[in-house]
Amino acid sequence: MAKKPQDLAVTGESGEHEYETGIAVVTADKPGDPGIEPHRVRMTDKSAKHERAAARQVAALFSVSIIGSIFSIWAYYAFPFNNSDAASLRINTIFLGLGITLGLFGIGVGAVHWAKTLMPDAEVSEERHQTRGSEEVRARAVEIIKLADQESGFSRRKLIRRTLYGALALFPIPAIVLFSDLGPNPKDSLRHTMWGQGGLRLTRDPDGTPIKASDVQLGAVFHVIPEGLKDLEAPSMLNEKAKAAVLLVRLDPADIKSQREKDWGYDGIVAYSKICTHVGCPVALYEQHTHHLLCPCHQSTFDLADDCKVVFGPASRPLPQLKIEVDADGYLVAPGDFAEPVGPSFWERKA
Amino acid sequence: MSNVSATKKKGGFLAGTANYLDERVGVAGILKEFGRKIFPDHWSFMLGEVALYSFLVLLLSGTFLTFFFQPSMTEVVYDGVYGPLKGAHMSVAYASTLNISFEVRGGLLMRQVHHWSALLFVAAAGLHMLRVFFTGAFRKPREINWVVGFALFVLGMAGGFTGYSLPDDLLSGNGLRIIDGMIKGLPWIGAYTSSLLFGGEFPGNQIVPRLYSLHIMIVPALIIVFLAVHLFMVVIHKHTHYSGGGKKDTNVVGYPLMPVYVAKAGGFFFLVFGVIMLTASLVTINPVWNYGSYDPSPVSAGTQPDWYIGFLDGALRLAPTGIETMVGNDTLSWNILLPMIVGVGFLVVVALYPFIEGWITGDKREHHVLDRPRNAPTRTAIGAAGVTFYATLWAGAGTDLIATSFKMSLNNVLTFMQIFLIVGPFIAYFITKRLCLSLQRKDREIVLHGNESGRLVRLPHGEYIEVHEPADKYQVWKLTDFKEYQPILARPNEKGVITLRSRIRASLSKMFFEDRVSPVSATELEAAQHHGELH
Amino acid sequence: MLKRKTISRRSPLAASLVMLGALLVTGGGYVAASTAAESTATSTAADQATIDTGHKLFLANCASCHGKNAEGTAAAPTLIGVGAAAVDFQVSTGRMPAQASGPQISDKAPQFTDQDIAAMAAYVASLAPGPAIPSDSYLAQKGNLTHGGELFRINCAMCHNATGAGGALTGGKWAPSLKDTSPKEFYEAMVTGPQNMPVFSNSDLSPADKLDIITYLQYVQNNPSVGGDSLGDLGPVAEGLFVWVIVLGAIVGITIWLGAKSN
Repeated sequence: MAKKPQDLAVTGESGEHEYETGIAVVTADKPGDPGIEPHRVRMTDKSAKHERAAARQVAALFSVSIIGSIFSIWAYYAFPFNNSDAASLRINTIFLGLGITLGLFGIGVGAVHWAKTLMPDAEVSEERHQTRGSEEVRARAVEIIKLADQESGFSRRKLIRRTLYGALALFPIPAIVLFSDLGPNPKDSLRHTMWGQGGLRLTRDPDGTPIKASDVQLGAVFHVIPEGLKDLEAPSMLNEKAKAAVLLVRLDPADIKSQREKDWGYDGIVAYSKICTHVGCPVALYEQHTHHLLCPCHQSTFDLADDCKVVFGPASRPLPQLKIEVDADGYLVAPGDFAEPVGPSFWERKA
Repeated sequence: MSNVSATKKKGGFLAGTANYLDERVGVAGILKEFGRKIFPDHWSFMLGEVALYSFLVLLLSGTFLTFFFQPSMTEVVYDGVYGPLKGAHMSVAYASTLNISFEVRGGLLMRQVHHWSALLFVAAAGLHMLRVFFTGAFRKPREINWVVGFALFVLGMAGGFTGYSLPDDLLSGNGLRIIDGMIKGLPWIGAYTSSLLFGGEFPGNQIVPRLYSLHIMIVPALIIVFLAVHLFMVVIHKHTHYSGGGKKDTNVVGYPLMPVYVAKAGGFFFLVFGVIMLTASLVTINPVWNYGSYDPSPVSAGTQPDWYIGFLDGALRLAPTGIETMVGNDTLSWNILLPMIVGVGFLVVVALYPFIEGWITGDKREHHVLDRPRNAPTRTAIGAAGVTFYATLWAGAGTDLIATSFKMSLNNVLTFMQIFLIVGPFIAYFITKRLCLSLQRKDREIVLHGNESGRLVRLPHGEYIEVHEPADKYQVWKLTDFKEYQPILARPNEKGVITLRSRIRASLSKMFFEDRVSPVSATELEAAQHHGELH
Repeated sequence: MLKRKTISRRSPLAASLVMLGALLVTGGGYVAASTAAESTATSTAADQATIDTGHKLFLANCASCHGKNAEGTAAAPTLIGVGAAAVDFQVSTGRMPAQASGPQISDKAPQFTDQDIAAMAAYVASLAPGPAIPSDSYLAQKGNLTHGGELFRINCAMCHNATGAGGALTGGKWAPSLKDTSPKEFYEAMVTGPQNMPVFSNSDLSPADKLDIITYLQYVQNNPSVGGDSLGDLGPVAEGLFVWVIVLGAIVGITIWLGAKSN
């Protein structure tokens, strides 16, 4: 399709390049450009009285700013913190902040008002230059590149060029490798929790007091950590808790649908991992009558009476169950670890 | 010939300083080049400035905070003044945040200024992107600047995320837990990446210091570099302007930099800062003392990230149940991968949009006059569809709050959103496109028949008419100064074959331009005026 | 007139009686001397007249759903064993009598006077042992604020939100806001587990633990946020909405003023 003059680049130069246009239908028959709208005269342009008033307003605004800034400095010292009184913190913060706000607004409104009322507001036109260089400039640029190529022999000397590419490609790699010690190889840390020590009692989170089976009423939920966890040193305590946190609930055995669940529980008391199998938030909302566990992060819902199967939400896998027993004194203990890794899925999970 | 300078000092101190600088740095040349540069004046051009100024406020308030915040996860027992946490175990990072909030005068104010400006930075950048999109300002020669701006938007999100995770509180800690869960779900590299990031098992004691390096050094440095490129390109391209009398693709109409823009834009910085300061004085943000120090066991109802991460959290919530498959013994967590693909994919489409539209339209001209959104109906409709898609994902992050606020079932809200995510954008596209075309027809009516004046006149023969005021020449120009595009036809290449690429392009071009309304031509206008139709 | 025995003789049972008395004294002394937190029950058992009044009120207002003998029907659960605390909680918060069926029954203005509520509570308590209404002396004590906050975040915040602003459960149910709840209601709700709220018996959270939680919640109720208006304590969602609508809205308003031509 033939190039129409108006299809070319904005400056209309008839270059050697064929622009693939042919799509705009510029109506040559357009109503005429009326030119820039005439300047509308402002009161401050016409009347010296208004001009002086505007100038006073601007000065007043800048003065408000001065007052605001001074006030904020005074407030900072005048309203000390009284440690037992939260109100003193609030008062200092609010007056300091409002003072600074006034200091800022005064300048801002003043400057803008000055521009709007006193500075000339007639619109002015400025020509744009073409973004691309002119033909001469481009020719000179090409010449320079060619010269650089000639003088260095870059495109001619294949050996130099190729070994250069190799060197440049490889020199950053040590920088990447340097970051390997950011963290250890996870190995099988994701597969084991503190319960794997075997025989640990179930204790209340956060105080660590052991739980008797008789303590757990129908409809109750206990938040559980393994015995000894609360005495671990940081950061181990939180690391272990992030895998070992457990929810303990007593259901009516008649309501439990799964035999395995009954077997791994004790007299209707069942224990499940609290770490959501979606992305790891604590699944902590227990609805007593529906036996549903709801995770507050993305609303994955698990049915506690049915092996904690997922009944709603983005989780794919049920929460792992922790097998529990009762020891000689009536306290709940876990004979061993979960039968599968807890928490979010990872690639090698089943291996 | 003596070279001793014999020039008298004229004009005093200011002139002397100017002379000093000019002789060493050449400021006179800079002033000549830039001092009277013309900038067009429209409120919608200031949105990018809001983002810029918010960033400056972030730098200022952030610098203050770095003198008081301690990015360490060493465990400590709190013995500060906040009653409900006295004697509690927490990290040094959390304790120093409490210290800033409760024991440093102006500390809480600065924390709140910092966090509010972070929210404002990304919001203003987003609104600015929408303005640029709907007015077609991303077209040649500004495609690269669009990508740079997009990078700034993503860097803003990164800065915000790394920042709000620093206090090591329960809310942001759960956010990190979610990120860790998502990383673990990545095929092959998941468990290793998680260990590298956290320095071992989650949560470990490395993540806060590492996020600190990212937050105060790497992300701000990248933002500053990209900002410099972004602003440099605005200078060399000059700013776009809306259609109007005397405004063409070959000029820019507005006011000179000095003194008008220095006053207006400079004043605007103080206004934006003032609004942020006012908000920070009166409205609480991120009250970390209520959440407690991070612990993997407790969690708060209403656990959401800051708004700009919302669309990713919503994508996680809207994923269908149970989509996990096995590849042999290996687990593919689609319930995590699908939201990642959707979220990131959407961002990639946004980043590449100028090139996509450029390919479809084949328009290789420079554009400096902006489109009114109605005059680019398909683009505007695509934008509306994109906004609907993003907004649904974003709203998805608040399903539990929507359920409690409006007394609805959480499950129904979620299911509705899952459906609307797919269906909504199509509805939005269709309605917006039809709306734009109608508005264009309305513009034609105004040009040909004038503006409705609201005055009714009863003609002698009994007919009632509404008097129309004829549009003046400035309005006529504004309503007719847009280009009409025709669809590209699929053409055979040199070998005489119509390629699939060419066919796709032609059908997309048809979607873009087949339904269109032409601007009123001079001939039509004259005919209408002759006809004297004023009603 | 019969002569009294002048010689005092000890009965063979005297030693046993003294032992029994000593045991009662030491046992009773131990109970009294142990932390006052343990004695949560209201002092005396209600008298029969109150129980009868309660029974009449029950038959008139509750039996239609809960059964003539409070044994429960398809419409409502049994009240045998729920204790005075449950009745006091449900009726004084207006939840009972239930207004409409739905996923959850919400609170409203109470329908009965305090005396009537006490009577109904006494009647239900007489059916079988159950949690008692906490005493004022117990509730007046101050617990450990820090421990209370910790326990609250672990046991309660996931449903009720970190500051008790409330939260969503599945299927249209919700955990209500705790901003206007009294200490007595806090205790009663924990110990009776109303509707889908779990039961936090005294063997799970001891009375001292419960007092700690109540102390923490009272602190939150009485101390408004030091940062300013807390936007309903709803967190980042409310903050994001505020920034888009109010803050950015105000700034856009400023830009329109800035760009407009002056008069």
